[in-house]
Amino acid sequence: MNVELKDLRIVEEAKRPLSMNPKKFALWLFMMSVIMLFGAWTSAYLVKRADAGWAEIVLPDMFWINTGIVLLSSVTMIVAYFAARRDKIKWLKFSLAATMILGISFLVGQYYAYVEMVSLKEHFTGSNVSHSFLWILPAVHGLHIVSGLIFLVVVLISAFRFRIHSKNMNQLEMCATYWHFLGGLWLYLFVFLLLNP
Amino acid sequence: MATTHTHTNIDVHHHDDHEHEHHEGNFWTTYIFSQDHKVIAKQFLITGMFWALFGGLLSVIFRLQLGFPDMSLEWLRPMLGGWITPEGKLDPEFYLALVTMHGTIMVFFVLTAGLSGTFSNFLIPLQIGARDMASGFMNMLSYWFFFLSSVVMMSSFFLETGPAGGGWTVYPPLSALPQAIQGSGLGMTLWLVAMALFIVSTLLGGINYITTVINMRTRGMSFTRMPLTIWAFFFTAIIGLLSFPVLFAAALLLIFDRSFGTSFFLSDIYIGGEALTNVGGSPILFQHLFWFLGHPEVYIVLLPALGITSEIIATNSRKPIFGYKAMIGSMLFIAILSFIVWAHHMFVTGMNPFLGSIFMLLTLIIAVPSAVKIFNYVTTLWKGNIRFTSAMLFSIGLVSFFLTGGITGIFLGNSAIDIQLHDTYFVVAHFHLVMGSASFFGMLAGIYHWFPKMFGRMMNEKLGYIHFWLSFVGVYMVFFPMHYIGIAGFPRRYYSFTNFETFSGFTDLNTLVSIAAVFTLTAQLIFLFNFFYSIFRGKLASANPWKSTTLEWTTPRLPGHGNWPGEIPAVYRWPYDYSKPGAKDDYIPQTVPYSETPESNLPHENEMIKLETSGGHGAIVVEGEKH
Repeated sequence: MNVELKDLRIVEEAKRPLSMNPKKFALWLFMMSVIMLFGAWTSAYLVKRADAGWAEIVLPDMFWINTGIVLLSSVTMIVAYFAARRDKIKWLKFSLAATMILGISFLVGQYYAYVEMVSLKEHFTGSNVSHSFLWILPAVHGLHIVSGLIFLVVVLISAFRFRIHSKNMNQLEMCATYWHFLGGLWLYLFVFLLLNP
Repeated sequence: MATTHTHTNIDVHHHDDHEHEHHEGNFWTTYIFSQDHKVIAKQFLITGMFWALFGGLLSVIFRLQLGFPDMSLEWLRPMLGGWITPEGKLDPEFYLALVTMHGTIMVFFVLTAGLSGTFSNFLIPLQIGARDMASGFMNMLSYWFFFLSSVVMMSSFFLETGPAGGGWTVYPPLSALPQAIQGSGLGMTLWLVAMALFIVSTLLGGINYITTVINMRTRGMSFTRMPLTIWAFFFTAIIGLLSFPVLFAAALLLIFDRSFGTSFFLSDIYIGGEALTNVGGSPILFQHLFWFLGHPEVYIVLLPALGITSEIIATNSRKPIFGYKAMIGSMLFIAILSFIVWAHHMFVTGMNPFLGSIFMLLTLIIAVPSAVKIFNYVTTLWKGNIRFTSAMLFSIGLVSFFLTGGITGIFLGNSAIDIQLHDTYFVVAHFHLVMGSASFFGMLAGIYHWFPKMFGRMMNEKLGYIHFWLSFVGVYMVFFPMHYIGIAGFPRRYYSFTNFETFSGFTDLNTLVSIAAVFTLTAQLIFLFNFFYSIFRGKLASANPWKSTTLEWTTPRLPGHGNWPGEIPAVYRWPYDYSKPGAKDDYIPQTVPYSETPESNLPHENEMIKLETSGGHGAIVVEGEKH
């Protein structure tokens, strides 16, 4: 009996469950909660818009330029990713830095969009609720861009210390995912505002 | 797929090595800024217990006002000072603050952070076979954000205008206008700040729980071999992750309304005959946003308690849980439904009656999975070899509360009857039974059951029995009469009912409720004594005192950092092999392979041995030659 048991034990092995990198997974979960956050604001916007007394908003033209900047920064991020995969460290540093500059110029562009809103008499307070929404949505998105920029700085420092290469892509991949997500979030907000003025 | 697979393996091993280097730390890194999930769980537990006691005390103070409206509260002056009026009565605005803070503290700080924070942290790594959470650092941050939130909330009690007073649901315009009541002044600002910090803490915790459950399970721990506790914590974390950001969104808009002059929730308000400048907002919008969190929050509070109960009832009935997959399915169904029923809190806000019927239908459907759960608890107990441990008693108490409180939910979910019952004591009685007391009993059951693993000692069972019976009787004495007060139409949150002869009808019943409330709170002191005494002087526990099957009981008496001294055990079977016919003992731990139990294997389980043999996975391992 005992011998039999021993024999059987030799061949039985528990399966390791499927899993992915926990940090990447956590990032996806975080992005889920950000989606819920913006989902709440934009659905509040829709509910409010259905009420009487909604003043239609006029989007500042700067939003078009800023959207272009966001798209461009995603392109440079993709360049950075492929550069790292092929171990072209110089290209990696260059395109990461470019992404950062584009990210900062997006924020500067948003500032000018606010200036334009003021000249359109769309104020945060004192005018219609629609204008308050128009102020808040880019502002909270901008805060997320700041968090993305901080992440970029961290990755850029790693790149300058030669810690990012084809065998160590995790950090860069996470940063790229987050950056594309933030770009996508802006596209969503922009299209949303265009469709529901 | 294969690449990811290998990568994770390397990662995990790297992690293991890392842990072994950090065995020792000083006092600060071991007990205060610890990243060990067990220490963090205890931090959540102690903080939660503090808040539970504090929140309970608040309720007793306002129950004194309701039950004994003529009583002089002069003796509370040393503590409450100006909140006692010169006539020796409770200040009416402070009464509102007490009600608000009791709700906030109990719902968020005790039954969300205290319950999920304690048991998700403690049990997830131990029961799925992981060294620690996915990110110990984030886990630590989660506790300290909660602590910070607690400090901010507590500091609002020391303001001259007092803590927030607009009800725990903080509906604008009351909560948005400081000129409305004192409690909407700085106290409300601190409430919002504290809640923002709290949400950050919950999200950090929740992201960690989900990541850990999905990615850090030990070998063999498939989803269908996870204990129901883990399933419950997993669903809870997902619900929290999806609903708390919405509260954050609402809170931010409310902050802008309060402090920056926007009018998202404000419109056409006259104070002292003068119109405010705020135009165009909608207070109903806030209710939609709030209850989109608020209703899932009910299940954030309840599901962990249900998971804990499943585990304890199966263990102490010495029977497999009845309908394991039905339990998972019903929890999943409850979790999904929780997101599409929020407007049943708003039936009387003037919403479209047709919309009301849809929300009513969806609400009543929740009765189905809830009934499945109760049925499964009862059938697990049925003909079981029941051991009435303290934890078991509290679990059965939970089932009782879940049933009595759940039935009244069927009435409240009806949009027609709700016209009479909304905002009365019927609602208060309903949710205190089904969500408050049930979850609280689940938390107590969990403490009694896992105390040996937390502190390596046993709690006193006799004191546990006394604590249970006093609490059980006390809770029913508090909340059963309340239904009648509510059916009679007495609204909640009112300071006094005795000013007019017509409305004084239920004074005697209110007195009984108040006496019962004091009685129930006093009974909890027995628990506090038992808890702290047993930490230091309790009987030493064995490694597996309840003869339980799950992984946490395979750790040493006091598991160190990393939980298992050697390799993490692998899992070969589901967690409910109790009283299996033919088996030697009445329980078979999850770590025992089927090949070692030929005497009790079912035909399909013998098949599984063969299956794994041919399946390979590159891991035909000869004993003693692993790695």
